[in-house]
Amino acid sequence: MAEEIIIDREGLDQLIHVLREMGFQVAGPTVRDEAIVYESIRSINDLPEGWTDEQKGGYYRLKKRSDKALFGYVVGPHSWKKFLHPPERRLWQAKQDGNDFEIIPEELATPKFAFLGVRSCELHAIAIQDKVFLDDTYVNTDYKIRRENAFFIAVQCGQSAGTCFCVSMKTGPKAESGFDLAMTEILNDDGHYFVVEVGSEQGRKLMEKIPHRQAHSKEVEQANHIVNETGIQMERVLDTTDLKELLYKNLEHPQWDDIANRCLSCANCTMVCPTCFCSTVEDVTDITGEHAERWQKWDSCFTMDFSHLHGGEVRSSTKSKYRQWLTHKLASWQDQFGSSGCVGCGRCITWCPVAIDLTEEIPKICDSTTQNTSTPVKNEAPNEIP
Amino acid sequence: MKSLESILAAHPFFENLDPQYMALMTGCASNVRFEAGQFIHRQGEEANSFYIIRQGKVALEVCPPEKEPITVQTVSDGEILGWAWMVPPYHWQFDAQAIELTRAIVLDGRCLRTKCSEDHALGYELLSRLLPIIGQGMEATRMQLLDLYGTRG
Amino acid sequence: MTPVPHTIKKIIRETHDTFTLDLTPKDGSEPISFLPGQFNMLYAFGVGEIPISISGPAPGTRGMLHTIREVGTVTQALHKLKKGATVGLRGPFGSSWPIETSKGSDIVILAGGIGLAPLRPAIYNLLEQRDQFGNIALLYGTREPKDLLFTKEFEKWRGKLGVQTKITVDKAGSDWRGNVGVVTTSIPRVSFDPPHTIVMICGPEIMMRYSVIEMKRLGVSEDRIYITMERNMKCAVGFCGHCQFGPSFICKDGPVFRYDRIKHFFGIREI
Repeated sequence: MAEEIIIDREGLDQLIHVLREMGFQVAGPTVRDEAIVYESIRSINDLPEGWTDEQKGGYYRLKKRSDKALFGYVVGPHSWKKFLHPPERRLWQAKQDGNDFEIIPEELATPKFAFLGVRSCELHAIAIQDKVFLDDTYVNTDYKIRRENAFFIAVQCGQSAGTCFCVSMKTGPKAESGFDLAMTEILNDDGHYFVVEVGSEQGRKLMEKIPHRQAHSKEVEQANHIVNETGIQMERVLDTTDLKELLYKNLEHPQWDDIANRCLSCANCTMVCPTCFCSTVEDVTDITGEHAERWQKWDSCFTMDFSHLHGGEVRSSTKSKYRQWLTHKLASWQDQFGSSGCVGCGRCITWCPVAIDLTEEIPKICDSTTQNTSTPVKNEAPNEIP
Repeated sequence: MKSLESILAAHPFFENLDPQYMALMTGCASNVRFEAGQFIHRQGEEANSFYIIRQGKVALEVCPPEKEPITVQTVSDGEILGWAWMVPPYHWQFDAQAIELTRAIVLDGRCLRTKCSEDHALGYELLSRLLPIIGQGMEATRMQLLDLYGTRG
Repeated sequence: MTPVPHTIKKIIRETHDTFTLDLTPKDGSEPISFLPGQFNMLYAFGVGEIPISISGPAPGTRGMLHTIREVGTVTQALHKLKKGATVGLRGPFGSSWPIETSKGSDIVILAGGIGLAPLRPAIYNLLEQRDQFGNIALLYGTREPKDLLFTKEFEKWRGKLGVQTKITVDKAGSDWRGNVGVVTTSIPRVSFDPPHTIVMICGPEIMMRYSVIEMKRLGVSEDRIYITMERNMKCAVGFCGHCQFGPSFICKDGPVFRYDRIKHFFGIREI
């Protein structure tokens, strides 16, 4: 369904309004707490106009742009999983009556989200979570409803952050599918407008309600050029050749100890990761003890008790926790769900307080010249493995 | 009735032993029988007997003061009882009590020791057969120490 | 994902720290059907939920048996419940012991401690079709004689059904007339034909590790050895991520695994 049209800023504002009138809760980028986060938005005034983000290992800063771009940033600490797989969700309640109790199932929420500003890596992340929650042995009904109701407006990346490596992970920068609409923001002497690619019937119907015109081939070319340039500019790479086998072979590599000397087990990487899906449940009772609830909450393989088995932790060391996270993301995910669990968005690098960078660590872990070192060495000086 | 030599030859410990040595072993061997509850030896006693269990069950026990005795191992059909006769100072480390009717062959430990020191090939042969049993016993002891089935197991 | 209220029909005191709950759906419907080796998630009101292997129905019973050892807050809460009380149940979950595919083979079952509970339905299943299998051996080890489960049934299995049973404990008082030693020491005391034997092991991970070593040494191939793995479990349906063991989710890919399929990760520290 290759079909490109042009809308301007007002058209985008209209788009938001029409979606809201249709009952969608429109979520998009906005500036809060010195970061660009995803929240409910009401108009283009909520968008991070004129802002960009500067990112590198352990570093994220908002900077003013010299123009009025609405999508002139890359990605922030949030991902869309907070809408599709909420951080906290009550699963059910129970009411006690003497020796007996009854379970009160939770009524399933049926929110209709329209996501504005979804990046290509994020569309891939959502497709990856689909495999976890929809395409496996069991189906997560809550996720299914949220997912099926959602409307996706992708935005093609006009720039990459210092931590991006989607080209290596083959997840971007160009959004190719999985969206209803995909926009490329263009700012030049001719003005400020969006080249919109329609990706679904629902997207087409919606655009009929928005003032637009057909795109000229030159405009389409320019849009393609922008996203292609983004890919070319991307400096960070991760060689994924035989990555699963290499990681499986190197589960006792001394580099894990080296990382463990720096890692704080803070779980930031898992919280910002758009594919990390782990959760826990908490059983709570009120003060009378007669009313109980079960809540599902995001959890992380870095937290205490994650691997608790009567008597102790299976993975108590930081080394084993980091190894679990990384090998799950890049190796065992392949066995479990048929793809990598990493989309190369770079969030785990940006938001790591000590700037642990998986694209730097993986080549060291998979380096065959050190893989057979029998005694893991505690390295005082990082990066120097004998 | 089976001859002593054929009984010995049929026991797993002496499987495929050179006939020449087999004859030597038979020379030091005699049949014994222990009733259930009978002690075969006590901790600290001189160890001068090598028992080959044909049938039955023997408990190796330790008895802490003011406590009930604890069984740490049982040996039964096709197994051997102890190796203290082979190693100085030739003293038993545990009490051994038959807990059911037990038929065994006893070999004279002193006689075996002398023969082994005269013929190192025989000594090597016997030790090669004893060592895996000692090793297995040690491995089993380690696993018992781990308290596998405890709440932290 | 929502527990179904079940009534405690019967409580069987098994040992000093282990008991069996016989559960039946509160609404009077038939108990769910399950495969030997599968588990349920049992919920104690307001306290929490834990995975418990299904240990029966024993022949002649209709409910669903769960043999539970008191080790944590939820099991303690379950222990305090009286006959007639309600518990929540989700399940059954997980993989099962290979009964059908084992026909024609000798069977060696190695159980350690509470590990006998998930094997008991497999034993019943094997014995219901006794003539379909060759030699059957059941080797069971616990810490002390007072920890032994289902001992009365052992006599029945041994006698009429020709199962070779060996019970051994790690240590015992002088009143114990049985074997003392770790469970692996019983392996040479039963007869089976290693190349044509299926081995099913359930117990503490270390006990399984040494049992596998011993079985391989005797010539049982790795694809004929089945073990069960245990990890922290929350959701039981593969969503929560807690029970991962390398690429496997214990809840849906396990708990019963064919050894050769997980051996790369088995025994790696803190995996």
